[in-house]
Amino acid sequence: MQIKTVRDILDAEVLCGEEYLDQEVSSACGADLMSDVLAFVKDQGILLTGLLNLQVVRTAEMMDMKCIVIVRGKTPDEKLVDFADSRSIVMLRTPYSMYTACGRLYNDGLVGVE
Amino acid sequence: MEKIHLQYNVDGDDLTLAGEASSDVRRVLRQLGFDAETIRRAAICMYEGEINMVIHAYGGVIDVYIDPDSIEIIMADTGPGIADVEKAWQEGYTTASQTARDLGFGAGMGLPNMKRYSDFIDIETELGKGTTVKMIIKINS
Ligand SMILES: Nc1ncnc2c1ncn2[C@@H]1O[C@H](COP(=O)(O)OP(=O)(O)OP(=O)(O)O)[C@@H](O)[C@H]1O
Ligand SMILES: [Mg+2]
Repeated sequence: MQIKTVRDILDAEVLCGEEYLDQEVSSACGADLMSDVLAFVKDQGILLTGLLNLQVVRTAEMMDMKCIVIVRGKTPDEKLVDFADSRSIVMLRTPYSMYTACGRLYNDGLVGVE
Repeated sequence: MEKIHLQYNVDGDDLTLAGEASSDVRRVLRQLGFDAETIRRAAICMYEGEINMVIHAYGGVIDVYIDPDSIEIIMADTGPGIADVEKAWQEGYTTASQTARDLGFGAGMGLPNMKRYSDFIDIETELGKGTTVKMIIKINS
């Protein structure tokens, strides 16, 4: 699935990384615990999270993730968006809650990795 | 390829900076053309260790030695040390502060992760003196 399809499914706003929306992702993960992401993520290209701090971007960077989705319409500050941008990571903001956002993506074929 | 030595000072006061060193090593490994899986293993190990140096100690020094068949990471802090290393290895054991938890850390998964993704790991620690974690990641071939 292309990241722009993820954007559409989540009615999301693109905060940065507009130029990477054509990239393909095949699975996603939702987490607010960064150590869990570091422990269990395999090839998930997308991280859905409610956390807004630089370590979220760092974690995604270490895991080669392509896109971070901020759930529940929270607004990250400019510094965070710039940081994601500098790492060539797409940042999306969706109005949906974590549960709903994950459910919508899963329903449309973006699975998890167990 | 000659053995490459990289050294980083990790600032113990600024949580937002934690991960800078790991990010730089990841960049160097990519430039050197290592495979993605090796880079990811090294990045996870070092990042977990770097976060620990900041959230549990007061920062310190990281030495990284890269040669064609292995990456060695030595992380030395002058923090409080670990009282019970046996416990520290267990999944879920944590003494992380609320500040660290708010950032998404403190699941007690860091050391188990480092063990899982490295080929060798050793901790030397002394209460009141500090902790040194040494890890070796062999290159996938
Ligand atoms: N460098 C260190 N100095 C002092 N104590 C440490 C250090 N590294 C780890 N510890 C101790 O070992 C415990 C377990 O570490 P570990 O990295 O596994 O989990 P954590 O850091 O608490 O949480 P997580 O890594 O999941 O975010 C820590 O909570 C802390 O008590
Ligand atoms: Mg840790």
